Order: sequence, then C-alpha cells, then structure tokens
Amino acid sequence: MENKIRFTLNFKTVEISASPLKRLLDVLREDFSLTGTKEGCGEGECGACSIIVDGELVNSCLYPVGRVEGKEVLTIEGFRSTPEFEVLRESFEEAGAVQCGFCTPGMIMAAEFLLRKYPHPTEEQIRKGISGNLCRCTGYDMIVKAIKLASERGDGLW
Amino acid sequence: MEFNISQSVRREDVPDKIAGIAKYIGDYKFKDMLYARTLRSTEARAIIKNIVFPKLPDGYCIVDKGDVPGRNRVKIIDYDMPFFADGVVNYIGEPIALVVGKDKRVIESILSQIRVEYQRIEPILSVEDGLNAEKPIFGDNNCFSDYTISKGDMVSAKRRAKFVYEGEYETGYQEQFYLEPQGMIGVYEEGKVSIYGSIQCPYYVKNAVEECLGFEPYRVRIVQTTTGGGFGGKEDYPSLIGGQVACAALKTKKPVCLIFERNEDIEVTTKRHPSKIRLKSYIDENYRVLGMEGDIVLDAGAYSGLSSVVLQRAMFASAGVYNIENLVVRGRAVATNKVVSGAFRGFGAPQAFFAIEMHMEHIARELGIDPFEFKLSNILRQGDRSTTGGLYRDRILLPEMVNRVIKMSSLEEKKKAFKEKRKIGKLNGIGLSMFFHGGGFTGSGERDHIKGRVRLVKDDKGYVEILVSNVEMGQGAGTTLRKIAAKTLEVPLSKIIFNNPDTDRVPDSGPTVASRTTVIVGKLVQEASEKLKERWSEDRVEVEVQYKYPEGFYWDNDRFEGDAYTSYSWGVNAVEVEVDPTTCEVKINGVWAVFDIGSAIDERIVKGQIDGGIVQGLGYASIEVMEDRSGKIMQRKSTDYTIPTSMDVPEIKSELMCEPYGGGPFGAKALGELTLVGAAPAYALAIEDALGVKINKIPVRPEHLMEVVQNGK
Ligand code: FES
Ligand code: FES
Repeated sequence: MENKIRFTLNFKTVEISASPLKRLLDVLREDFSLTGTKEGCGEGECGACSIIVDGELVNSCLYPVGRVEGKEVLTIEGFRSTPEFEVLRESFEEAGAVQCGFCTPGMIMAAEFLLRKYPHPTEEQIRKGISGNLCRCTGYDMIVKAIKLASERGDGLW
Repeated sequence: MEFNISQSVRREDVPDKIAGIAKYIGDYKFKDMLYARTLRSTEARAIIKNIVFPKLPDGYCIVDKGDVPGRNRVKIIDYDMPFFADGVVNYIGEPIALVVGKDKRVIESILSQIRVEYQRIEPILSVEDGLNAEKPIFGDNNCFSDYTISKGDMVSAKRRAKFVYEGEYETGYQEQFYLEPQGMIGVYEEGKVSIYGSIQCPYYVKNAVEECLGFEPYRVRIVQTTTGGGFGGKEDYPSLIGGQVACAALKTKKPVCLIFERNEDIEVTTKRHPSKIRLKSYIDENYRVLGMEGDIVLDAGAYSGLSSVVLQRAMFASAGVYNIENLVVRGRAVATNKVVSGAFRGFGAPQAFFAIEMHMEHIARELGIDPFEFKLSNILRQGDRSTTGGLYRDRILLPEMVNRVIKMSSLEEKKKAFKEKRKIGKLNGIGLSMFFHGGGFTGSGERDHIKGRVRLVKDDKGYVEILVSNVEMGQGAGTTLRKIAAKTLEVPLSKIIFNNPDTDRVPDSGPTVASRTTVIVGKLVQEASEKLKERWSEDRVEVEVQYKYPEGFYWDNDRFEGDAYTSYSWGVNAVEVEVDPTTCEVKINGVWAVFDIGSAIDERIVKGQIDGGIVQGLGYASIEVMEDRSGKIMQRKSTDYTIPTSMDVPEIKSELMCEPYGGGPFGAKALGELTLVGAAPAYALAIEDALGVKINKIPVRPEHLMEVVQNGK
C-alpha cells in the first residue's frame, strides 16, 4: 500500500508516494537519488546513514518514511551548501579525518548535530557524540581533532 | 618545485568524500540495471542432490554453474573454489547460484522459495579433526600447505640448553568490517565484459574473470570504484563475485549489480585465519635463546585461497624480533568445512607476533628475570640472520625505540605506581610489544609472480598521469604516489594525476596488498619519473618501467631459504589498561607507539595508518569475538560482531624513528600492515601485568579472565 507523504527535504517541500514502511534511507537514495547518505549495516549499528530529522540525529536505515510526514529532513546534500559545512569540511581535511570516506557523510552529520548541542565540546563529549558512527579506517583520533578544530574555527556559527 | 616529502599535503580524494559526492559501487546506476542476490549453502558439507526452483516471473533468472562458460574455479593461487557450487558444498554460505532480476523484493521472495536437497557428509569442524580426517576435504592429509623451515643445529642447541620452556598460543577470527560492504556490477557490451567494483586488486579480478568466461584478455575490463576500505578483505573475495556478476551480465545482456548486505558480508566473506601456535625454546645459562621449535596451525576454511602465503608470513615471523640461531618451524594450513580464511592486514604476522611476544614474556617470568632485559639481550641486530637465513642488512633501531616508548609512556614510573595500587585492589597494567613487518611480497613473489609495471604519461601541457593498478582505498595511495612523482620530477603536485585504475588503461603493477604500494610501486614511480625527466622537453611522453629484483638479495622458494623480504619496518607499542576487579572488563587508558618506516612520505597519511591499524589491532585483541559452532559463524550480524567505537579507545601517541631504506622511494619502507601487528600482544601483556596471570589466547574476554583469576593462574 502506498501513501502520499509530504516533508521538507534539504530546505524544499517534497511529496512522494511510497509505502510508509519503506526505509527513509532507500527513499533518499532511490527516489531522490541522494546517494551521499550511505548504507553500512542497515541495522542501526554503524551510523553511515545518519541524517538530521527535525533537529535530531537519526539512522535513516531504521526510519520508516511514513514517520517523516511534515518533518524537516537534512542530508549531506543539503548541508553541504551551509557555512557550517564549509568549516567542517576544512577541519576534516586538515586534521586527516577522512580515509576511505564511507563513514564520512554520516560522521559530518553527527558532528553538525553535536556542535549544535555543544558549540565548544570537550573531547569526552565529542567521543560520545560520534560513538554511534563507526569508522574502521582512522581509529577516531583525527576525527575527534577535526571536530575540535571546527568548533574553534567556527566560533559563533553554532 | 621543492618540498619536503614528509610534509603533509591536501588529499585530492577527500573533498568529494566529505561532501557525499564520491561514487561508491552502491551509488552507480546503469540503464536497465538488474540486481542479484545469492543462494547459499545452509550445510557445512553436503552433496547437492537436487534444487527445486519456483516458477520465475518474467525478467527473472537463475545464474549458476551451468552459466559459467569457462572454468568454474576461481584463480587465486590455485584453482580451488568454484564460482558456483558444483554438486557439493563445503561451507555454510558457499554460493550456489544468483537470483537476478529487476526488483529486489521479488528476488527475495524467489530466494525464499528455492528448495535445495542435500545429502549430508560428516563435516570437518576443527583443525584437530582436520589433521586426523578420514574424509579429507583436500589432498591426502587435508592440509592446503605443510611446510617446514629450519636453520642452524637444533641438536646442539638442545644439548647446550639449561632451560626449556614451551607454550601454546591461540588467536581467533577477525572480520575486516570495511565500512562499505562488498559489491560489484557486471556490464556486457559488444562482446566485452566490464566489471565495476570495490576492490584492491584489479588484475586479480581480471585474471579470474577471463578464466571464468574463457574470454581473451581484451574482452575483460575491470574498473575500480571509490573503495570504502579493504584491509585485505577485498584482495581475494572480489575475484569470486567478479566472476559471478560477469556470468550474470553475459547471460542477461544487462548490467547486473551484486551488493552484499552487512550481515551477509560478515558471515560469508574471508577473515583472518584463527591460529594455534606452539613454541618451545631452549635457553642457556646466560638467558640466551639458543633454539626454538615451532608448530603453527592455521584454520584455512574450506578452500585454499591465500592460505599458503599467509602461512609463510606467519612462519617467517615466528621468532619475532629475536635472534634465534637454531630453529625448526613447521606450519600447516588445515582444511575445515568453514568459511574461507583469507587476507587481513598483517597476513599471518599478527598471529605469529602475538605468540612470540607472549612466549618471551612467559619465559622471563618463569626464569624470574626482567622481561625487558631478557628480550633486549636476545634482540636482532644488523648483521644477524632471519628465520630463513636472510641477512638483516640495515640498522635495527629497536633498542632506541623501546627506550623512547618507555619514556613516552612513563612505563617505569607507572609499573611502580601500579604495584602500589594493586595493594588497594586497583588493577592497572602496562605492556610493551616489539615487532616488524617485511615490505612487499614474500620471497621472490615480486620477481617471479608480480613483475610490476608502472607507466607515466605526460601530455603537451605538462600534466603527468600515473598509470598503475594499485588502488586508493582510503590509505592515501593516490596522494603518496603523486607526491613521489612530483618530487622526483620537480613539478607542482597539481600537475600529477592519479585516477582509479581501469585495466583498459593501466598496466599490471600488482595488487594493493602486502604493504607494497609505497615501497615497491612507489619506487617504480620514482624510477619512471627519473626517466621521464630526461625527456621532459618532448611534447607527449610515455615511459614504462618494470620491477627488478635488487642485487645482492637471494631467495630459494623450494627450500624457503634466503631473504624473505628485501626491507623490514619495525615497531614498538605500549598499552595501558585498567581491569575492573568484579567484572574483569578491560578499559584501555593509553597507547604509545614508535615506528621505523624509513622516511614518511606524508606524515598525516602515516598517522592515519598508525591510528587505524592500532585500533584494529586492539579490537582483534579484545572485543572482536568471532566463533563458530557446527560450522556456523555465531557473531554473524553487525549487532553481534562489534568493532571499536570512539569510546573504546583513547588518544594514540605515536612518533617515528627513521632508518631509511635505499631501495624504497626517498627511503620509505612498508607501513600499512605493520601498524596492526603489535597492538594485540601489548594489550595482552598489559592485562597480565594488571592481574599477574598468563594469557595465551586472544581475543581476551572478561569471562575467560574471570575464570583465570579465580583459578589463581
Ligand atoms: S546503515 Fe544505518 S546505521 Fe548502519
Ligand atoms: S574513513 Fe573509512 S570508515 Fe571512516
């Protein structure tokens, strides 16, 4: 059974017909061709599919699209046009926080969410904030440093 | 342009990865693309009596052994595993067929309706059973490989020995858990098959697909897509699924996409070999280790894959960083009816170094002497001989490196303080490991098998493209090779181009494995750049160079004698832990590391490798538990198989010490795998320090620790 579902996607109102049970991740990747959001596990374990829905960080692989009705969805594709993204991009590059990059879009969304909550996070808060996002390449240090760097650079942005 | 080669530069691949623009295999959409899912064996060992398929809707088909036009065996080292099971299955998860079609849900429903009738055969479920098999899976003795290396005079060593110490060490499976699961797309166009995928070794896949299809080389093309991590896991396995999607594309004449789900990837793809290693040392009254006997048994799983070479690397590392002049080591890779073991960063070395590092510590404790003094007095020096009699030609900085790590970690002060703390029930400990990794293929592999070729092409605008088959999979290979070329040519980095390899364009410079991309391929890039420089004034220039085995080295592959590697990188790690007295849970409080990798080509990339490798090594030693029961992997979901999160590891403090290698580009040596090798023994030794127990097995699990603590030993 398909429903009409309306929501805001990356600052624009959109409407689709889909089964309300379809995973938001699939809707983003298949129906909207927004492939920046990755699937690393499909079980809520890895955070590669992280996006922001109404200001909350969610795993889009566990999120049925029916629940998104009337909400605001932000993915890496929308976020990348913001000044906050620019600061994070620069810091991630400079700190060496990216290797294979498969975890990165999700990590960036987690970082954005964290910085909205704590504009000047401690190392502890950063480590906690990204603990739902697995990275197999970096061992996390350089990601933690990148977020720290972004919080200093983007002083006042968040 | 002048720049210091070690100074970090911007990585060209990174901005698109951050912005979500980089295209991984799952982000590709070809016109009329079909999807595939795999029908797999549910039996560990059986004959397939019959398969009953449901009536297939229009546009859906089955691809199986009958659709393999060439040879239904994947060429890895030998031709052993079939692309699709051929009448028998040898492990749970072995591929039998693909279901191919447009809609993934319909494919799922077809899969669930297929009935496979099996006739069971008694499976071999452990290496012990495998060594006494009545019905071997492979050959007569059920070992894919059974080797012995020896040097010196064991008889005299035994006679002179005052002490003998024997121990057995065990290591478990480890899953690579690259964040991007395995995936490939096969496309058939005008008589030619192109395979796109997440891979480490384009030419391995190409060779395998050519044989699978029985196609001439020009009819098979492999294109690497942005690869979300490999760690060895995308060395061998992609040859299998590459052949499968090739057959499917050929049959349907449409693009066919096969992407694994995470749980499927965990359960059925290759993993690090579980090992059992027995070491027996003969020691004289001055605490010199005169001789050692070793027995290494690897659980290879159902097919040989890369096991023979993994086993060799484990055997060659069996004496660790110690100069043991008399030695006999036997190694066997045993066939079992389990998932195939394969390549994982370290490739046999993590198992061997765990064993020898624990062994040396245990000897010292048994003899009541200081472990550091004992280890350092037996340590390898320039001019000593390796386990295969090869010469250590360059300076070995281990004593300095050990001192530095001791300083960085305040190891001595901590040891004292922890002793006091233990009196009040606080269980802290610190452990230190020493290790090496040989760069490039073992023995004469680079000379006899790989014969890597590198090509550079300069256009009339002065842009130079590096054409190699080595891939960027996150480790920074693209940037590293570009820097080597730019520095040699004395041109700005922006003039050097590196693209993901496409076998229609790049020569075979070998696979992206064995920590060889910088030290071996990078050296070839440097040589090619030197040649190109001489012809710089010409409009368009193409130069190609091929690997030459360095002079003065020697390897006898039948006897395993000589220089197993042409260069060695070295490492020292310290790990500090705190053990909960009630639950025996272990928290890592600090990690310190010093590596000698020759000169660093890019310090930031190097640090990335160090951090990532150490954390994988710590996971291997601690939480990455994977066991099998009745041939079935128990932790086969991402919810059950856990890898370290940002909360599980502290900041890693690392430094470099440099003994440059003349045979590497700008003095660089191997890096990627080395970083993983020492973490596990350092972690286990830290726990030993905290609890005063002996640890012979990783991963170290709190349940086991509790037992050990309760039994008082
Ligand atoms: S794909 Fe959603 S958490 Fe891993
Ligand atoms: S960069 Fe590869 S998983 Fe994070």
